[in-house]
Amino acid sequence: MLLVIGLKHSEYKEVIPSPLIGQQAPDFELPTLNDHRMVNSSSLRGKPYLLNIWASWCPGCRVEHDLIMSIADQDIIPVYGLSYKDAENDANRWLERYGNPYTEVLLDEAGKVGIDYGVYGAPETFVIDAKGVIRHKHIGPLDVKTWEKELLPLIMTLDHPQS
Amino acid sequence: MSALIRKSFVLCFLCLWLPALAVDVLEFQSPQEEERFRALAEEIRCLVCQNQSLADSSAPLAQDLRREVLEQIHAGRSDQEIRDYLVARYSDFVLYRPSMSIGNLMLWFAPLLMVVGGLWVLIRKLKQPDLSESPPTTGQDKPLTED
Repeated sequence: MLLVIGLKHSEYKEVIPSPLIGQQAPDFELPTLNDHRMVNSSSLRGKPYLLNIWASWCPGCRVEHDLIMSIADQDIIPVYGLSYKDAENDANRWLERYGNPYTEVLLDEAGKVGIDYGVYGAPETFVIDAKGVIRHKHIGPLDVKTWEKELLPLIMTLDHPQS
Repeated sequence: MSALIRKSFVLCFLCLWLPALAVDVLEFQSPQEEERFRALAEEIRCLVCQNQSLADSSAPLAQDLRREVLEQIHAGRSDQEIRDYLVARYSDFVLYRPSMSIGNLMLWFAPLLMVVGGLWVLIRKLKQPDLSESPPTTGQDKPLTED
């Protein structure tokens, strides 16, 4: 009986709950894809954004890619891509082939920023609000249902300051 | 046949070597440091291996985390500081021996509760008089006329 209660109340997860929800998104400074401008995480603040952790070697990233493209097309929220432990060439080729939805692609070749964000497998998608606080983390390929039922309603409740 | 045996030996040794090779890229400054590193690394869960669908990234992430732990040892951090660093990013889940918290109190004490509860039930059962063997005594021995 305890087992039944336990199973009902703790959604068993392959997904590890992130202690970072509600916390300030960890700071980083990373080069952009191709032109290697350094981008500081603080410069992303001011409006909500998605941070999508992806890599060309990651099959799940291909699975969610069409949805990520359509989210970016709808212009609801900017999507930043963190190219996680990937070679720049491979990342480029992948984006050329499947389309580039990202406002900016940031290169985390060593995966150090990934560790700070508690990434343990790509793809992962963070919802970060205008103040730079992590509001939600989705682990694994994003699907339409999760987007419409969880992420989008949350994004709608966030402040979207103009400018 | 002997060639086959030799081959399988080689394969087995290769398998045994692989984890060691993964750690070998790390440079230890002393045997004590290596000892400390290994003890700490054994306490930390590989986050990906328990999640098969993300198996692709398991080895690289484990390597990264090992490197990170060693870097922090070099930087003079204590074991507890390193554990805290990992827990802050990956939650209690990274520790094989999770610390006691409100959330998992039940887990720590449920076995004790069950033993105590079981004993209580057992004692109660033993104390109850056994009704099955004694003959029914509901007034049948008494002459009805006395009332």
